Amino acid sequence: MADQVISSSGWKKWLESVGDQTVFLSRFFRNVFRGGFEWSEFVRQCYEIGYRSLTLVGITSFIMGLVLILQLRPTLVEFGAESMLPHTLSVSVIREIGPVITAIICAGKIASSIGAELGSMKVTEQIDAMEVSGANPVQYLVVTRILATSFMVPLLAMLGDVISLFGGYFALNFTDDISFTLYFTKCVAALDFTDYMPALIKTIFFGFAIGFVGCYKGYTSDKGTESVGIAANSAVVTASLWIFFIDMMAVQITNLLYY
Amino acid sequence: MADTVAQQPIRRKAADQSDRTDETVIEIKGLKKAFGNKEVLKNINLTLKRGENIVVLGRSGQGKSVTIQCIVGLLTPDEGSVKVFGQEVAELNNEQLKDLRTKVGFLFQSGALYDSMTVRENMEFALTRVLKIKDQAELDSRVMEVLEGVGLPEAADKMPSDLSGGMRKRVGLARTLIVKPEIMLYDEPTTGLDPITSREISELILEMQKKFKTSSIIITHDMDCARITSDRVVIMSEGEYVAEGTFDELQQSDNEFVKSYFLDTK
Ligand SMILES: Nc1ncnc2c1ncn2[C@@H]1O[C@H](COP(=O)(O)OP(=O)(O)OP(=O)(O)O)[C@@H](O)[C@H]1O
Ligand SMILES: [Mg+2]
Repeated sequence: MADQVISSSGWKKWLESVGDQTVFLSRFFRNVFRGGFEWSEFVRQCYEIGYRSLTLVGITSFIMGLVLILQLRPTLVEFGAESMLPHTLSVSVIREIGPVITAIICAGKIASSIGAELGSMKVTEQIDAMEVSGANPVQYLVVTRILATSFMVPLLAMLGDVISLFGGYFALNFTDDISFTLYFTKCVAALDFTDYMPALIKTIFFGFAIGFVGCYKGYTSDKGTESVGIAANSAVVTASLWIFFIDMMAVQITNLLYY
Repeated sequence: MADTVAQQPIRRKAADQSDRTDETVIEIKGLKKAFGNKEVLKNINLTLKRGENIVVLGRSGQGKSVTIQCIVGLLTPDEGSVKVFGQEVAELNNEQLKDLRTKVGFLFQSGALYDSMTVRENMEFALTRVLKIKDQAELDSRVMEVLEGVGLPEAADKMPSDLSGGMRKRVGLARTLIVKPEIMLYDEPTTGLDPITSREISELILEMQKKFKTSSIIITHDMDCARITSDRVVIMSEGEYVAEGTFDELQQSDNEFVKSYFLDTK
């Protein structure tokens, strides 16, 4: 009985939060198309996002490419398929590992910092102050950030992909003697439209999810000081879950469409 | 300047009130507001006339800030009516609410400066977005005018984090005044300031009232500020206004509760 009460109120909370997020989403879309776009804030956000995650995305991607080659090599050698190494690496990086790794890093760095920033603006009444001045805080704070992440995460992912391939080349050079041109020709030859297009589209959704979750958690946080930490923290967790969920959906949809 | 201010006690003169019209700008009736099961406002009734300054006194946590947040639509009342310029705030659509908010200035208790922007950008935020002023020369002159008004012209290009608490408060005040609102809601404008600056701010409030016929609700714990600025004083307790009158009337009151507010002022 007691359990029932708890679980039913848990469901109610969950449904309420789904409702709130839907309302927030519709506020975002209404404001995107309203006009009065805040270009300079958008550009500033893009710069911040890129600047903040570039190093980490670069290092992680490089190591990923390197490690993947080292791990794949013994298996492929067993089949005498060493020459397939660039092919295998490039398909797995472009389709899956590059986008997901980049998105997870951005969830950790960007979703949390957006959550914390908007959360603290909420706590210190800055968002209320914008609203009371007659300005539109959703337009200025939320629209710019969500669009900036939707734009920058795909760019970062592409960059991460390329750096991963470099990492792979570096690892391959330990053991095999392969020219840089040949390696990259092989990598590129392995790819076709169905590899990079779905990957690009899904990174746009990853970026959107990161921006949306960060903004939602920050903008709707409570007014206590501890709520800033909660907003940042739950933004990371929720955004990461969204990324894996979107990834799963993306692979299903791609398979349905192309195979 | 500071010397003369400190020496002469300033009192409102009865003559100032003659240019007041009888138009009602804010009318609150039977306002109730609860958070969870905590009833914060139980029955608030208040009318503010054009050009009038009302001071609200009351202990911490009585719901003074909540009342003025209901006036600008940041909070929605549970019951009762809040009318500003004759319009029920809760029934306004987005455009009307935005319109109303350009006419009502709100000074937050915490200052609420946008900390990612310089002081100048703070000032220009509403000017460029709400009043759509694009002319840089006009923007500059308005920014300088209000910053000089609060005595901080040199702070224009600083970040809020580089300002002291009192300076932030004054910048917050300047940011509110820059749009020349018809109604001002001051949430503790002088708290945390030194006595001389407090007095200057109180005078500034008075000056605003005279110059632009601004009507104000001033929440304060500072009796000096109350004496300088008030046409009328109300005291809030337990979610209601329990006493009302001019500063002098309440100062002479026999009621023990009312007296306790005026202990240090005689
Ligand atoms: N948004 C809110 N959500 C929940 N409770 C709130 C909210 N705003 C205010 N309260 C509660 O309402 C009560 C009155 O708060 P309010 O800020 O109006 O007090 P106040 O009279 O302005 O006090 P002070 O002089 O300290 O500023 C407090 O107990 C506060 O906890
Ligand atoms: Mg207060």
